[in-house]
Amino acid sequence: MAARRELPKTLTGIRGFDEVTRGGLPTGRPTLVCGGPGSGKTLFALTFLVNGALQFEEPGVLLTFEENAEEMASDVASLGFDLPELVAAKKLAVDYVRVERAEIEETGEYDLEGLFVRLAYAIRTVGAKRVVLDTIESLFAGLKNDGILRSELRRLFSWLKDQGVTAVITGERGEGLLTRQGLEEYISDAVILLDHRVHDQVSTRRLRVVKYRGSHHGTNEYPFLIDAEGISVLPVSSLALQHHAPLERVSSGVPQLDGMFGGKGYYRGSTILVSGAAGTGKTSLAAHFLDAACRRGERCLCFLFEESPQQLLRNMRSIGVDLEPWVTAGLLQFHADRPSRYGLETHLATMQNVVTAFRPTVTVIDPVTNLMTVGTSADVQAMLTRIIDHLKTENVTAMLASLTPGEYAVERTENISSLMDTWIILANEEVGGRHRRGLYVLKSRGMAHSNELREFVLTDAGLQVLDASGDPPARSRLEFVPERLVEHAGV
Amino acid sequence: MPEFERVTRIAAAAAQTYELRLYVAGQTPKSVLALANLRQICEEHLQGRYEIEVIDLVENPQLAQGDQILALPTLVRRLPEPIKKIIGDLSNTERVLVGLDLRVRA
Repeated sequence: MAARRELPKTLTGIRGFDEVTRGGLPTGRPTLVCGGPGSGKTLFALTFLVNGALQFEEPGVLLTFEENAEEMASDVASLGFDLPELVAAKKLAVDYVRVERAEIEETGEYDLEGLFVRLAYAIRTVGAKRVVLDTIESLFAGLKNDGILRSELRRLFSWLKDQGVTAVITGERGEGLLTRQGLEEYISDAVILLDHRVHDQVSTRRLRVVKYRGSHHGTNEYPFLIDAEGISVLPVSSLALQHHAPLERVSSGVPQLDGMFGGKGYYRGSTILVSGAAGTGKTSLAAHFLDAACRRGERCLCFLFEESPQQLLRNMRSIGVDLEPWVTAGLLQFHADRPSRYGLETHLATMQNVVTAFRPTVTVIDPVTNLMTVGTSADVQAMLTRIIDHLKTENVTAMLASLTPGEYAVERTENISSLMDTWIILANEEVGGRHRRGLYVLKSRGMAHSNELREFVLTDAGLQVLDASGDPPARSRLEFVPERLVEHAGV
Repeated sequence: MPEFERVTRIAAAAAQTYELRLYVAGQTPKSVLALANLRQICEEHLQGRYEIEVIDLVENPQLAQGDQILALPTLVRRLPEPIKKIIGDLSNTERVLVGLDLRVRA
């Protein structure tokens, strides 16, 4: 017998979700999307519908049971969804269903054929391929006969299958059940659970594919994000570790440092960790790297979690690196945010979206350690793995600055250092009453690199690594030794 | 609703013409039964002062939205106001009369 083919799928156009489910929702079948209040169910459903109409030439029907339908329309308008316009263009049909229990008397046998008639009429009007029922459980508050309701809902879901429409049915999460009325019992093809947690005043949204009949799907919980651009899911990308390993090299922006990497600099698409205590020159090294990339005409992103872009621009001008023209030219973009503003997932999802939108070839995160205050160590590692994976997949060369609390202490970066291709350690030391700066390449995968601790200076013409021989001769040898650094790095 | 007010309304309603709409979807046993039950109740309690309009949603599906019809059959009392809805085959005469404000709820 031939291997079982996967069922046909319908793209939702929701960033990340189609990857997680390998193609979207089951075509021609109903999917239950459930979650607590404010978990994003309605937004998920509407995005599916609007994307269908705008991107996939699949008109849709929205049957909404929500009392504040106008409010909903204005909510989605803020995300750029113009429902009235789609209705006018016959790409969408909307039917607001209202049931006032107070004005209804029930006597004898009835069915919900009226609902079927309305739905069928709406589907026919626009030639709909997608249907959203949001939130059909409201019917239980409007009608008294639960028995009739249940058998009619069962009939409705199988009727939807007969119509061949891909449907999303939203449900409110109930006690001990996925939905209040146990809709999961009737919709067995696919069930998506949305979750919104607030922990330590930081909100985190997660999505889980609970069930997806006849399809492979990730069983993980995926962080997802609702921002000005709508809803997006952050998939665990490239689990198979199939990144390209380009041989192309890019300059660090410091000629002597390039020299320490066999004269050519970093590998393109690699990830470089620069760690050191405060004031050791991490940002300066990053600024040189950005400047060099912009000079080559490449697009660069810089995420700041400590300084403002203005502070950074001013400070870098003092060492002769003027990044402002690159910002003006649109080659360099800064994104500054306070780490405590969101949860780790939200930060990383935001970063991923920015990377996708701007398509940089170089990205700097300064300092990545500030993000680590937002989550537990395991979370941090998982999330950083995701963003680094994403950057590698996009062939973005990334430099992560890591602020270490003590002179040599590197323990805070231990959990991410294994993800790095290149690790540069910066240190300060007082030698003979003079403040000396040292730079050491702890590792750099796949290339010959210098094993010497080199002294460097920050001049008004930039960062300059001094000759290993101690040239110019006036300078005395640096006292601190690479072994000590390595020892502290725990490698 | 206070009992006095309700009784007053019933008294007022008693003098008015009833404009009734019965929504059905095709000739189903439930819809046939509902129409028969409705005619009998009207003849008994509203003789000479009622109008029944039957709307078949199979023929006119676009009319379901306006009166917010979900369940079928649905009887809508359009006049006298306020609008009332009675869903089902109308087999429980007592509840139909209560629903139409022709009798005080027991």
